[in-house]
Amino acid sequence: MMPSLVRGLAPVRETLDSGAVVIVQETSATPAVAINATFRAGSLHEPDHLTGLSYLTGRVIDRGTEQRSADVIAEELDERGVSLRVGSTRHTMTLSCTCLAEDFREVLAIVVDVARRPTFPEQELSKRRAEAITALRQDDDNPAVRAGETLSEMLYGPTHPYGRRAKGAIASLERIDRDAVAGFHGRYIRPSALSLVIVGDVESPQVFEDAAAELHGWRHSDVLPSVVPPPPVRAGRQIVTIPMPGKSQSDIAYGFTTISRLDPRYYSYWMMNNILGQFGLGGRLADNIRERQGMAYYAYSSFDATFAESPLVIRAGVDPNNVERALAAIDAEVQQLGADGPTLTEVEETRQFLVGSIPRMLETNYSIAGFLQTSEQFGLGLDYDKRLPSLLNQVTLDDIRVAAAEVLHPERAAVSIAGPDAPVEATS
Amino acid sequence: MALSLAPAPRTCVRRTTLDNGLKILVQEVHTAPLVSVWCWYGVGSGDEVPGLTGVSHWVEHMNFKGTTNIPREQMKGIVERFGGMWNGYTWIDQTTYLETAGSAALEQMLFIEAERMSNALYEPAECESERTVIISELQGGENDPDQFLDIEVTASAFRAHPYRHPTIGWIEDLRSMTRDDLYGHYRRFYIPNNATLVVAGDVDADEVFRAAARHFGSIPAGPVPARLRVKEPPQVGERRVLIEREGTTGYLKMVFHAPAATEPDFFPMLVLDAVMTGAKGVNLWSSFSGAPPQRKARLYTRLVEGGLASMVSGALLPTRDAFLYSLSFTALEGIALGSLEAAALEAVEQLRDGGVDPAEMARAKRQLQARLVFENDSVTNIAHQLGYFETVVGPEFFPSLQKRIDAVTPEQVWDVARRRFGSTTRTTGWFKPVSDGESASPASLIEAVG
Repeated sequence: MMPSLVRGLAPVRETLDSGAVVIVQETSATPAVAINATFRAGSLHEPDHLTGLSYLTGRVIDRGTEQRSADVIAEELDERGVSLRVGSTRHTMTLSCTCLAEDFREVLAIVVDVARRPTFPEQELSKRRAEAITALRQDDDNPAVRAGETLSEMLYGPTHPYGRRAKGAIASLERIDRDAVAGFHGRYIRPSALSLVIVGDVESPQVFEDAAAELHGWRHSDVLPSVVPPPPVRAGRQIVTIPMPGKSQSDIAYGFTTISRLDPRYYSYWMMNNILGQFGLGGRLADNIRERQGMAYYAYSSFDATFAESPLVIRAGVDPNNVERALAAIDAEVQQLGADGPTLTEVEETRQFLVGSIPRMLETNYSIAGFLQTSEQFGLGLDYDKRLPSLLNQVTLDDIRVAAAEVLHPERAAVSIAGPDAPVEATS
Repeated sequence: MALSLAPAPRTCVRRTTLDNGLKILVQEVHTAPLVSVWCWYGVGSGDEVPGLTGVSHWVEHMNFKGTTNIPREQMKGIVERFGGMWNGYTWIDQTTYLETAGSAALEQMLFIEAERMSNALYEPAECESERTVIISELQGGENDPDQFLDIEVTASAFRAHPYRHPTIGWIEDLRSMTRDDLYGHYRRFYIPNNATLVVAGDVDADEVFRAAARHFGSIPAGPVPARLRVKEPPQVGERRVLIEREGTTGYLKMVFHAPAATEPDFFPMLVLDAVMTGAKGVNLWSSFSGAPPQRKARLYTRLVEGGLASMVSGALLPTRDAFLYSLSFTALEGIALGSLEAAALEAVEQLRDGGVDPAEMARAKRQLQARLVFENDSVTNIAHQLGYFETVVGPEFFPSLQKRIDAVTPEQVWDVARRRFGSTTRTTGWFKPVSDGESASPASLIEAVG
């Protein structure tokens, strides 16, 4: 029978002898399969003097294994139309791709081989390091990146794993040698730190068999704990400006530290953020800054909570002459929602939107794989898509009012502004 | 499970045309409780005359700002109540609007699109407010040196054709355009006989036809707007653009005049692009995010593996008139743009001299075959592709894509390389970063105020 998602997901999960978790969701919309292999091996684990180690390991991990040279990997992926992405976050490293269903077994074998047996050839490391340094230099020239990275540093401090640049710095990238990369891989890219999610036109029993065969013999080892220190206590509002001559527009990043994804208040914060800077074009923020004042193409807030106190970040891109007006508008919206909470209409609209958007979150194999991976990482359960509506339905207006009151205080905000000139005076 | 390229069972695309000329395409896809509605108009920045550049895109923005029967403040919320997303975009040949939401929202989505077609308000104050939003959008794009270079190179590659100006428009036109310019453009092009409604998802096609007739049937047809038909004179020599601006990184762009989608050269060119930079597919909405499979592509191996560039990309899209095939490169830190350009030209000349080998052809076709599957992985993407090709190229194009790619021969690829990759048809652009001196690092500023 053709698998249908009309009644939601029906994933199957197994833990293999190696400690790896494998989750499979059958779908039939296209003859294709999404593979998402996530290891708990993010930048959190980098030594202070080797920032960028996780990022650089990710860039070179697929450039040669004990069984395949870089050229053979390139040939085997390219001839199947597969682009293997390796992404590194604070907490994880993810290898992901989409392939045709008929190529699934071969592509899974390549993905596991790349994760399991990389050889990190010196020449490849050297090339990828040069690319990483170029990427850092591009970031240096990007006002949105500069404002965002500066805000993270202001909120968490320059040595905190959430405060430092995920790509590292040029000096630290130049210090990273093959031993450092191989050592990072040996410690953190382990089967016991792996959750492998497969979504697509497959049959679950066969996938488990294939995954077990590919992972067979990879030695189990304990997962090293992820310890995130608390953010520093911030005394008050702080504004930093980053002059970037030659740019046309100023980028504002404005934020606070909040709660972890595992906190029971998470759903209240999620809904609060949706009201503040997501609903429609960008919630109350876009209503004010874009729709009423015509000041910005984008104004929104984001709340991507992970394992520790995560940031709530407001972003706006505005004409340099409008920075102060935009900042005043952000302050006003933050102040008002923090002081008065949302309206009942806003709460119900947001609830309807978030509950109703669950099927859309699951529109593609790739997005389903991401959803299941998130569920696994945070222990939300295989039926999370079915439980999510009731979790959102339990949130009351008072819960959201309390969440807003806890965090939304302009006098405590960290603000960074990157742009062609510096019309706002830096303050502490 | 059948391990084949046959897609999961879907109904055929069904189509009808209302008496007022509105074309309606429906594809039933019952794998998830979702529906995607797209309303397409045959108007884009290629229809704009000097002085009014950017009018199509600005009109698109205005069509989210309230209608006779949807007060402005209620535009937001209608689709959201069903968990839906909405958006729109304008490009050189087309303007389109979409909503994807739970299938129970179909009536509301059709209502919004019918209102947008005939009853948008264009309040003068709203037009003024949106002027600065669009200028902000333009300035945000200028912050990206690669985008900045792209606009300048495109403008240099064309002498006469309106594809030469950016879809967002020139800043002076955005400052001087009036509310009546916008409204006139809207009334001229937003008529049912210049539009295509596409619905894909968990719906019954007959019910969609009936509902669409209810919502759109009373909108009167208008005179079919004559579209600009400008023939670009042949380019007779290389054109060069040099931008020296504050920045950190060098960018190189080479563009060549590409065939229109309906020209015989288009499919050999699509294969050629896969050989040079890896296959992307042909979905403007979704295929160009992330790197394509390109590690064996010629320009990747020559320039990225050769230690000259950190990124190479190629872009060829199906367009109504002949647009551009563009090659973009990011110089590796410390590499001079001249070295990068020389190596890129060498790879281009090698292709012109020797053509492609059978293994490259097979890989390119296989990649394209896979990408055509990947880029139709959702009701949103399926609806996009149906509407895009119907509006830009015509109904026969989309169903024949795979067959026409399969039919491309190595000789055809070599032939288009020889004819279209010559220096006289090339426009080359450099973004050469100029240091602005040492600016204070964020860390030192934090110390200063913390």
